[in-house]
Amino acid sequence: MRKTLISFTMILGLLIASPGFAQQLDVRVTNLTNAIYFTPLLASAHPAGTHIFQPGTAASANLQAMAEGGDISGLVTDLQAVAADIVQDPAGGFLAPGVSAVTMMSTTAGNTHLSIAGMLLPTNDGFVGIETLEIPTAPGTYTYYLNAYDAGTEANDEIITGGGMPGVPGIPADPGMNSGMGGTGAAMNDANTTVHIHRGVLGDSNLGGGVSDLDSTVHRWLNPVAELTIIVN
Amino acid sequence: MKISTYLKGLGLIAVAMVLQACADSSGIPVRYEATLTNLTNDQPISPVAVVLHRPGYAGWSAGVAVSAGLELLAEGGDNSIFLNEAAASNQVVDTASAAGAIAPGSSDSLTLSSFGFAGLQLTLAGMLVNTNDAFSGVTGASLASLAPGQMLTMNLHAYDAGTEANSETAATIPGPAGGGEGFNAVRNDRDTVAIHPGVVTMGDGLATSALSQSHRFDQPVARLTVTRLN
Repeated sequence: MRKTLISFTMILGLLIASPGFAQQLDVRVTNLTNAIYFTPLLASAHPAGTHIFQPGTAASANLQAMAEGGDISGLVTDLQAVAADIVQDPAGGFLAPGVSAVTMMSTTAGNTHLSIAGMLLPTNDGFVGIETLEIPTAPGTYTYYLNAYDAGTEANDEIITGGGMPGVPGIPADPGMNSGMGGTGAAMNDANTTVHIHRGVLGDSNLGGGVSDLDSTVHRWLNPVAELTIIVN
Repeated sequence: MKISTYLKGLGLIAVAMVLQACADSSGIPVRYEATLTNLTNDQPISPVAVVLHRPGYAGWSAGVAVSAGLELLAEGGDNSIFLNEAAASNQVVDTASAAGAIAPGSSDSLTLSSFGFAGLQLTLAGMLVNTNDAFSGVTGASLASLAPGQMLTMNLHAYDAGTEANSETAATIPGPAGGGEGFNAVRNDRDTVAIHPGVVTMGDGLATSALSQSHRFDQPVARLTVTRLN
């Protein structure tokens, strides 16, 4: 009887150590850009088969709402449907350039993969993200670099209009207040209408006109745009 | 009668030997499927060349001049000489060419096979056609740790072959943005492989460029998944 009990305890120990089970994580995201703000981030641990976006595939309506207007509520609903562990807005608002957002995540059994997304402002439909990253299981500190994606759902006209609703052209805002006005439009359409790597903003040096309301020397970026650190406890 | 029975017996032994060989991993080819997704906005990728090889082969090396085959691929999108060069190496076990270009947002898959897989590596290359001599790919990606059914994913950079000046003029861009000359044997750039610095384009002030803001790209430019099928 006692022997059985010991074996059972040993098996339980093995099960707890196996990757399909709950984990305690510290997650940190640092904005590495010069003048691009991240809208409230969505971080989620979910099953391996869940994808909030897939490069080379058309964006879902809920991804589009996040990428064009920073609205993560639809993606949250999608993730709740698969019993994901969800953290919303760890920065308490915009994540400014050079600033880090830190959060703790308790993952439940089966939620073995991590996805993160937030809109890049000022862009039309750019977002920072990582999709379906296998969460390490051995205790330690792990670092990843995140790229800027283009949702492929809105022309990158680079005109600040306040338009953030899906399908409404224009950029909602520039939280850093570095942009101009009177741009005539940097692009009329996206050649690639699937989720792809963002080609960067064009900008110009004319804050009162030109093709873009963005400043070519200020709003410019190159990948990666964020650093992600996961500490597995 | 006796002989035919004997032969039948031999036949059975032969069948048994074949089955034995099939059970052995060295007896049937291990197949790998490579899928490339084009992550650029407006840079079709020319038909990719894929090479399965042992560690003694490399498609290129950073900081070193490219082969004539890779120059042709990177300037003109023609992978034929690159694949011939690979096939001539005793380190190469299989090669394949995509049937057509891969449009932005699209994917293409190729299957290659190998009878041995200790130290097996993969090399892939395709041109970004609206450039002078940019190509994307990877060389020497290790497949050795892949178990049957397992997949590995990697993001691929854009490289500059360094064999043609990045003038961006229509006469030198073979893709739809230029419709100009592809390959030219003259090497008028630094003649070493580097990470591509990106394109300037007319939209960003290079008046003589045939490219528009739409053709700009940032790293990475493609995603590769390799699945070991068996």
